[in-house]
Amino acid sequence: MKGLLVAAAVCAGLFVLNALFVGALVPGVAMPPYFLQVLCLAGINITLAVSLNLINGFTGQFSIGHAGFMAIGAYASAYFTVTAGDRLRAILGFLPSALQESAVLLSALSIGALLAAVAGFFVGVPSLRLRGDYLAIVTLGFGEIIRVVIESLDAVGGARGFAGIPKLANFFWIYLFAAATILVVYRIVHSSFGRTLVAIREDEVAAEAMGVHTTRAKVISFVVSSAMAGVAGGLFAHYLMYIHPKSFTFLRSFEIIIMIVIGGLGSISGSVLGAVLFIGLTEGLRQFAQYRMVLFSLLLIVLMIVRPQGILGHKEFVTFLTKRRRSIGGAPGTQEGA
Amino acid sequence: MSILKLSGVTMRFGGLVAVNGLDLGLASGQLYGLIGPNGAGKTTVFNVITGVYAPTSGEILFEGNPIGGERCGRITRRGVARTFQNIRLFGEMSVLDNVKVAFDCRQATTLTTAVLRTPAHRAEEERVDRESRELLKIFKLDHLSTERAKNLPYGSQRRLEIARAMATAPRLLLLDEPAAGMNPHESNELMDLIRWVRDRFGMAILLVEHNMKVVMGICETVHVLDYGSTIAVGPPAAIQRDPKVIEAYLGGA
Repeated sequence: MKGLLVAAAVCAGLFVLNALFVGALVPGVAMPPYFLQVLCLAGINITLAVSLNLINGFTGQFSIGHAGFMAIGAYASAYFTVTAGDRLRAILGFLPSALQESAVLLSALSIGALLAAVAGFFVGVPSLRLRGDYLAIVTLGFGEIIRVVIESLDAVGGARGFAGIPKLANFFWIYLFAAATILVVYRIVHSSFGRTLVAIREDEVAAEAMGVHTTRAKVISFVVSSAMAGVAGGLFAHYLMYIHPKSFTFLRSFEIIIMIVIGGLGSISGSVLGAVLFIGLTEGLRQFAQYRMVLFSLLLIVLMIVRPQGILGHKEFVTFLTKRRRSIGGAPGTQEGA
Repeated sequence: MSILKLSGVTMRFGGLVAVNGLDLGLASGQLYGLIGPNGAGKTTVFNVITGVYAPTSGEILFEGNPIGGERCGRITRRGVARTFQNIRLFGEMSVLDNVKVAFDCRQATTLTTAVLRTPAHRAEEERVDRESRELLKIFKLDHLSTERAKNLPYGSQRRLEIARAMATAPRLLLLDEPAAGMNPHESNELMDLIRWVRDRFGMAILLVEHNMKVVMGICETVHVLDYGSTIAVGPPAAIQRDPKVIEAYLGGA
């Protein structure tokens, strides 16, 4: 009951903020479009980072193909909206148009999430049955395969990119799904299932010996993470209205990895912070033009020397402030853990 | 009735025969020691029983059911738990969470109930929390429950490993060199602990150990392996006088 009230309050709050930012609440007051776009992209990156942290940070299985699942979600949901969106609107003709649009977006996102989850299952089952770095190799290859396949698919624009996607996502939807992702990952991590995931990261042989079905746990974690990346991709497509295979190269996957490493592997609030910092830095350094990436790399190197475990390490923001130790989700391979 | 029975178990790694036609039987409630010089195949026997390796040939019966070649996790859920020669705790997790993970193998909650936080899930979490704390108290680790496992002193880590194994509710416990690296005082405490665990929970314990004082002090039956084959089985006093055993350990004249 309390949970529902909180959810409703979050929805209402985001709704009001959204109206305020686009200038519909107070006449003459609106957020500059550039800032609003940066804010929205940050929201999508929060979803991507938190979901990747579930598999990389908490389960300890290194995936470098998150952009591939994002691409599947983006293309599948965009294709649904473009080809079947009008039909769905006609069926729901009795509803107000705002609700119709929401229904189209939610259906599109569900399809994107579902397909990304299915892809995650088929990538995960063979590679997660083994211990070690196989997942990294397989996901790296998978991400590139997806991109090449999309480039040759004429139905979604191939190498020209997929244009003409209606703008259904906005600040409200993006942050609603970011909040939902954080909630779901938080609850997974703070449950018996989450404990088994962290145990697998800490010592897979011992986890198996304690009766944990390690393969199943790893696959579930990977599939959930992929589905969330699919949702993020769908939001990305419906926000920018244009997607291109080049948006989903392995560089994109590495960007998400950088976000979770900056914030701290095994910290949900760290991933949020990492995503915001990453976007803030890449945008803030724009004024330095050609030196932008040099400065960015320098900052990363400095951070990794000063705090190799990421800004928050394995702690959550609240416990980081109060200096209390929370054991769940300690970071793997940190200096102290080595 | 025997709780564990190995008949003709052989484990080959390529040309190397690590365990050769091993016969072994454990009655429930028995403290059984497995000893032998380095490389005799003791840990391999453990790994075959717990499902880390599938035996090349032979049969392993646990409570009458064949378990040879089953997955590790499944054998644990059947009621066989183990500790490791080189401690394998979940280092970054708290002492309490280490034990909770082992409890989880008997839990009914799923991903959906965890995300939705259903009342059943919460009740289950509370039960696990309570039972884990009780178990820690039994093993005198309750004051360390929030400490990260890797920060514990060596002796406490060994105790925690046994506590974690107990949390899976085993009927057969396999201890792989629990006294390794312990001083005489700690190994004395360990002997009391092992005996006490057996009496309190009434389980069978299979013990691999190099510390002869521990083995001879607590085991009712001692089984000596050399080069993968049995050279003697019997009560400690008889084993200590067995010429074959003395030869295996000290070399022939």
